[in-house]
Amino acid sequence: MRTPYVNRELAHLSDEALVALAARSEQSALAELYDRFGRPAYGLALRILRDESLAEDAVQEAFLTLWRTSARFVPERGKASTWILTLVHRRAVDLVRREERRRADAIDQAPEQVSRDAVDEEAWLRLQRERVQDALRKLPDQQREAIELAYYGGFTQSELAERLGQPLGTIKSRMFMGLARLRELLGEPGLEMSWTSTT
Amino acid sequence: MDVHDLTAAYALDALDPEGRETFEAHLGQCARCREELASFGETATALALGVVSPPPPPQLRNRILAAAAVERENVVPLPMRRPWLVRATAAAASVAACTAIGLGIWAATLSHSLDRARATSASAEQAAEVLADQCTQKIALHGGSGMLAVDPRGRGVLVVERLPVAPSGRVYEAWVIPHGGAPHKAGLFDSSGSMTMVPLAESVPKGAVVAATLERAGGTDKPTQTPVFSAQT
Repeated sequence: MRTPYVNRELAHLSDEALVALAARSEQSALAELYDRFGRPAYGLALRILRDESLAEDAVQEAFLTLWRTSARFVPERGKASTWILTLVHRRAVDLVRREERRRADAIDQAPEQVSRDAVDEEAWLRLQRERVQDALRKLPDQQREAIELAYYGGFTQSELAERLGQPLGTIKSRMFMGLARLRELLGEPGLEMSWTSTT
Repeated sequence: MDVHDLTAAYALDALDPEGRETFEAHLGQCARCREELASFGETATALALGVVSPPPPPQLRNRILAAAAVERENVVPLPMRRPWLVRATAAAASVAACTAIGLGIWAATLSHSLDRARATSASAEQAAEVLADQCTQKIALHGGSGMLAVDPRGRGVLVVERLPVAPSGRVYEAWVIPHGGAPHKAGLFDSSGSMTMVPLAESVPKGAVVAATLERAGGTDKPTQTPVFSAQT
């Protein structure tokens, strides 16, 4: 859902080009990046933080970090989308680690348990989500558990080792193997982001 | 497992602060890990997209853009003005009232531009509070099109129309020059299109002159150029 007043003149630009414009203090580029990533960013922060106002804080701080540091973004090192969602994730995880009430239920509340009908989503986001969840389901249970608790729960590898009663090496290896397998599963065609198809 | 194998944990943000630092130091020297991280990073991004995303509250977008407009830290830091931000939404509503009570042509131009230029309206919301205050003093700029608005507490906002973009390597710097005193730095800025709002980082005492000069990127401590425009309170 795009807000109607959005200046879509920049809609044809790549994410990376927008980051370069943001580095030159182009506010409209920041607005366009928010329109592309604000929703998944908020969804991610909300999943980790389980609190709407904390999630908003995390998203806001991540986008302001983007605004301040966009000049340092190096396209050769990775995609802009990766960078932006990494900023959001980092911020959310830092916040949740600071919060006392923690993310013990990270695994229990899998996305499937949320009513899909209740959520108005762009088709693109839904397709991405289904693909990722299919891939996650194909992982061995222990690898999936390690990845979900780390990424959505905000647990460090040491905390996971303690929580799961496993040696740290085992946890590291589960995360590594799991993420490598996930990469393989997602490497199949179809995951490439395409913003033009949604407009 | 050695340090190379921490790429996955790093991509998942599963390292504690020390581990993160150690790995980042390693990353600087290890091309293999940088490469691995680029692709693991994308996989982690995919996980981000595996989450149900309810739409964020609509005001979040405005808040981010407003904060970015005030901050403009990729030009050079202006202080964050959180109290302004909190009140910005309420203040935006009074822009219309402002028009009614006779800001004249200026306010009409402003609200017209608000509709037209979404990107500048975020900073406009900041400025709105000062602009909407009936007791705010509004002084036309000398040498430029626009005005200086100063509220009774001395908070100032420069509103400049059609400010040319600063040449490469240069930046506009605002100055508050108290009567008989030396210039105080009041923030760096660049054009944001048809309407540029610059909340001043320095309060504006009675009788002060507010001016802007074009300085080298990063700004200077004292003005080195003749003012592009100025206003005498």
